[in-house]
Amino acid sequence: MAMEMEVKDIPQKKETTQFLTIVQAVNDGMKTLLETDDTVMILGEDIGKNGGVFRATEGLQEKFGADRVIDTPLAEAGIIGTSVGLAVNGFKPIAEIQFLGFIYPAYEQIMTHVSRIRMRTMGHFSVPMVIRAPYGAGIRSPEIHSDSTETLFTHMPGIKVVCPSTPYDAKGLLIAAMEDPDPVLMLEPMKSYRAKREEVPTGKYTVEIGKGKKVKEGTDVTLIAWGAMMTVVEKAAEQAEKKGISCEIIDLRTLYPIDREIIAESVQKTGRAVIVHEAQLTGGLGNDIVSIINDTSFLYLRAPIERVTGFDVPVPFFALEEDFLPTPARVVEGIEKVVHF
Amino acid sequence: MAENRHSVLGLSDETVLKMYETMLLARRLDERMWLLNRSGKIPFVISCQGQEAAQVGAAFALDKEKDYVLPYYRDMGVVLTFGMTAADLMLSGFAKAEDPNSGGRQMPGHFGQKKNRIVTGSSPVTTQVPHAVGIALGGKMAKEDVVAFVTFGEGSSNQGDFHEGANFAGVHKLPVIFMCENNKYAISVPVEKQLACENVADRAQGYGMPGFTVDGNDPIEVYKYVKEAADRARRGEGPTLIETVSYRLTAHSSDDDDRTYRSPDEVQKAKTNDPIITFGQYLKETGVLNDELEKEMNDRVMKEVNEATEYAENAPYAKAEDALTYVYAEKQ
Repeated sequence: MAMEMEVKDIPQKKETTQFLTIVQAVNDGMKTLLETDDTVMILGEDIGKNGGVFRATEGLQEKFGADRVIDTPLAEAGIIGTSVGLAVNGFKPIAEIQFLGFIYPAYEQIMTHVSRIRMRTMGHFSVPMVIRAPYGAGIRSPEIHSDSTETLFTHMPGIKVVCPSTPYDAKGLLIAAMEDPDPVLMLEPMKSYRAKREEVPTGKYTVEIGKGKKVKEGTDVTLIAWGAMMTVVEKAAEQAEKKGISCEIIDLRTLYPIDREIIAESVQKTGRAVIVHEAQLTGGLGNDIVSIINDTSFLYLRAPIERVTGFDVPVPFFALEEDFLPTPARVVEGIEKVVHF
Repeated sequence: MAENRHSVLGLSDETVLKMYETMLLARRLDERMWLLNRSGKIPFVISCQGQEAAQVGAAFALDKEKDYVLPYYRDMGVVLTFGMTAADLMLSGFAKAEDPNSGGRQMPGHFGQKKNRIVTGSSPVTTQVPHAVGIALGGKMAKEDVVAFVTFGEGSSNQGDFHEGANFAGVHKLPVIFMCENNKYAISVPVEKQLACENVADRAQGYGMPGFTVDGNDPIEVYKYVKEAADRARRGEGPTLIETVSYRLTAHSSDDDDRTYRSPDEVQKAKTNDPIITFGQYLKETGVLNDELEKEMNDRVMKEVNEATEYAENAPYAKAEDALTYVYAEKQ
């Protein structure tokens, strides 16, 4: 307590900010890390001269050199495996996987090494690193580029999974991920990369891993989502408000470990929940959230929990993409179902 | 007297005797583990038998204070040379809490010991190869004098991780030594059904590095090539692929019967070229080893094996709740 008082007494330096999109905030986060820690390195395909296919690494190789921002050979297992070696040798790698759908060749490295090295060596070795991957549908990208396979990684003890939906959270979670002693996968919603801008502090700051955020207060129903689905949920909430339904919105931000408290606190207040994710229903993270609500808040429920998700099919291509993704209309339908149960 | 081939490489008589004793220790430990397995005391054995010369010859060519080794599951000779003890290995065999590799979390043969620069590995073969590349890249970035030495079998040289790692190291001219211990079999499938090329070393060309096929039963020869590769790496000239050819003298593991896929005649023939015998002969023919020294050495090795067995057998198992530890940093 005394410590807090002292901190308050120190005059606050005026924090400068920049008005950034999510992808710019990711870029700024990496720039901040490269500037402040000599052991940070970035590895990935087309991240150097090209600045990344989404321009997430634009200008970084020019500024920090080809030794620290490495255009790797086109080989994902090699990118992650090499990052493991760098981490074992004291470096802090940020590995970019061009699209989450291309992570599968590296899945073995992540499953058998990245997530397990600490456990199997009783903490003698550890591999703190960040794996960044744009994920999700809705930008008319071709086959496989639209996957949303977060549960392949939330079902993997030893790694943490974060998924920001705002520029501020993107930079803050990236820096928190790099400072975390454990490996972290950061899923970046490519559909939202340039969808909105907000003020982002110029310097170093973190957003705590494992903490969700209440985006909007409400009383009738809790909407739980993350990443690119936040926009959909916010639109749905606006439409529901017009029908007299008050929605509380939670941005989960971290997919593992999930913030159980924020979910329980909200659902115990509203008595209703709608979970929205673009990944397929079966094996989707919504099921874990349903379990958390059952474990923590069952007797507060006034209606069965609703899940609005992608369908149990591979993400379809261009023309049918929007039919696969949850829409505000589908979410409103879910909201009405639980409210009028 | 046979021609002395070790002195010209700068290897003293004392060093080659130490090499031989390390090979013997690996062999006797391995033999003991089979006995313990067959008597129901340890769950699994995966052997180094037949590959001790390649392992010990190579490890002696490295700098134990600076270099990293990323061994594969047969490399008892490598890890003994780098400082792992007989007791450490037995603790791993018995899966006891004190096992320094993993506290009994992994199978025997899954080596890892940070203090001795032995980097932890896992069961999917060859996935350790890109780790060596990353360690070497880190060493180059930090301008440290570090060589990363990684081994794997000829069968697993088909895995993508080998090719992705070797290519990365070739592109960036990294100080890595890729050593393939070709023991002619990937469990049951012989080398001619594994490789489309004649030698694993032929694969080096695709990755812009020199490749050599050497006699894996001759520790002096392996030492020579690995030493040259380490020198090249230290001079900043990049990686090398070395293939040591020997023969797997046991079944793949304690869980298969090799009589179902290879003839006893073939195994018998290979045993005439057993490096424990041939290197012992060389040391005697060059006047380095005599019967008296050999007996002392054998007694010392057996004492070490016996003491290690007894210690590990009596050591406690991990507690059930230990399974919940070390998954994340905060749960230690």
